[in-house]
Amino acid sequence: MAIKNYLRERFFPHLWCPGCGHGMVLNGLLRAIEKLGLSKNEIVMVSGIGCSSRITGYVDFHTLHTIHGRALAFATGVKMARPELNLIVPMGDGDALAIGGNHFIHAARRNIDITAIIMNNRIYGMTGGQFSPLSGENISATTAPFLTIDPSFDVVQLAKAAGATFVARTTTYHIQQMSDIIQQAVLHKGFSVVEVLSQCPTYFGRKNKIGDAVDMVAYFKKNTTPIGSKAKQENPYLLERGIFVKEEKPEYCSLYEKVVQKAMKGQ
Amino acid sequence: MSKNVKFVQGNEACVEAALYAGLDFYAGYPITPSSEITEAFAYRLPQIGGKFIQMEDEIASLCAIIGASLTGRKVMTATSGPGFSLMQEALGYAIMTEIPCVIVDVQRGGPSTGLPTQGSQGDVCQARWGTHGDHAIVALTASNHQDVFSITVEAFNLAEIYRTPVILLLDELVAHMRERLVIPQPGEIPLVERLKTSVKEGVDYHPYLPREDGRLPMSDFGGVHRFNVTGLFHDMWGFPSSEPRVVHGLLHHLVDKIENRADQLARYREFYIEDAEQLLLSYGAASRSARHVVEDRRLHGERVGLLELQTLWPFPSGIVRQKCARAKSVVVVEHNMGQIMQAVKLAVDHPDKVFLANRIDGVFITPSDIMNILRLIQGKGV
Repeated sequence: MAIKNYLRERFFPHLWCPGCGHGMVLNGLLRAIEKLGLSKNEIVMVSGIGCSSRITGYVDFHTLHTIHGRALAFATGVKMARPELNLIVPMGDGDALAIGGNHFIHAARRNIDITAIIMNNRIYGMTGGQFSPLSGENISATTAPFLTIDPSFDVVQLAKAAGATFVARTTTYHIQQMSDIIQQAVLHKGFSVVEVLSQCPTYFGRKNKIGDAVDMVAYFKKNTTPIGSKAKQENPYLLERGIFVKEEKPEYCSLYEKVVQKAMKGQ
Repeated sequence: MSKNVKFVQGNEACVEAALYAGLDFYAGYPITPSSEITEAFAYRLPQIGGKFIQMEDEIASLCAIIGASLTGRKVMTATSGPGFSLMQEALGYAIMTEIPCVIVDVQRGGPSTGLPTQGSQGDVCQARWGTHGDHAIVALTASNHQDVFSITVEAFNLAEIYRTPVILLLDELVAHMRERLVIPQPGEIPLVERLKTSVKEGVDYHPYLPREDGRLPMSDFGGVHRFNVTGLFHDMWGFPSSEPRVVHGLLHHLVDKIENRADQLARYREFYIEDAEQLLLSYGAASRSARHVVEDRRLHGERVGLLELQTLWPFPSGIVRQKCARAKSVVVVEHNMGQIMQAVKLAVDHPDKVFLANRIDGVFITPSDIMNILRLIQGKGV
């Protein structure tokens, strides 16, 4: 099926700014779904609130655009009710890890079969450029006019520690890798986390004088490296990308089925 | 057939009724005094192949049942005041997206952590106005276990008919009291199943285009129709819109579908109302003492009556006005500082004849508490 067939063109043009990375994530995501050959009726996409969360409106799946931070809680309900459906949950950095941080770690702990995609542009874009828990220190934002003092979460470490059984990081520059990783994440039976570094030229780039969208994407190219590369050994400041965790563990809905069997036998 | 009689807590009566109504998905978080409901579903639902999940908080519990409802399941969550406060944003989402669900609030004393193990009816106005923005809500209550059963089934039915969250405002007193309950036979209480769309695959389905009768047929997530659900104002496709015409139309639809049917939605019981000079108006646990007063005073030849409301919201103003018209005084009996009394004053022709008999100290209002108020109104002194 052509990529175009996954889009709801009726609802275009989209609301993202020129140069925004979120359209590139949409591109990588749809290519992954196309390669997987999934039927549109088997996919439920759930999002919260923010620029990234508007992605659900543009795709022709069952789409649920919910409230800020709670996408994974809604998705957990859908998945428990219909385990045969594929749940994909795109979230922004603030959505997933500030207001939604609790749901994030608990979804990971349960290892419920949901694919969480964190579109990390290190800023609250929709509300006008406030810093997020992924901005990191010394960042200029509308709520940090004297630069941030808040350290950042490392999404990979956090997801791993919370129990996610598939954890990966990629960027909007590495579209091919993004698409491959998302494919594997969707196929993985368990809670999958894919962090995609995405650019917000409008707020993050402009405020921090990183340049335009092209400069920001080039920054991802220059400042990231494959996991365990030689470059990383030489320059520890490089951010690794690739698949960090991929392990088989009992998935939550499958375990619940065993509970049902046990309860029914006991009657 | 022999009767299925149980001696149970009010919370258990609520669980039995939900299962009778066809509930097959429950998400919850522990909180006194509603925990028995969550515990009972953890035991009962897996036995019938239903789904139970204990979520990380009350917000997640309501979100999870909304998600599950979209796949075609009958869903419920239960909590108490602090948890109900946390649920308010998701409650507004269910109102806006018109997703059927039942939320039980077993009320305890508040504000804040308040009186975790003692009764109250302090969440009546929170049920009405807790979530932000203009909206309508259905909130029901009951005073004894048989009524808790029938009103719980009714909550599921109304949620389906009007595609709305329905709040069941129980209170600690009824929830923890043990009482006789006769489980009705299957079919004895009619059940409303979800109205599904008849639009065939490949034909445009408009999830938010009401039928002529105002109802919205649904299509399950995972089915043949794919559509968008959003808490933003939205058009008939479910796609966000801020067009004034769309916003105006949707808000009126959401409010009117409930407020315009206040009389139809009214569930109430009445005792000796016809010739009552003094009318007690009460609901939930408080109405048990009010009922006692009425029966007792009638033995003494006093013309006292009781109107027991089971639908609190939309407030049945027309019915209350009519029932109160002949009474010389109306005494609202409730376990709060007059939350329903305010609505009664707005409804009746002579608000100055409306009085409040209440207790707010966590103690069940007694018949003598109410009698004292009646005597004061009658000018007899206590």
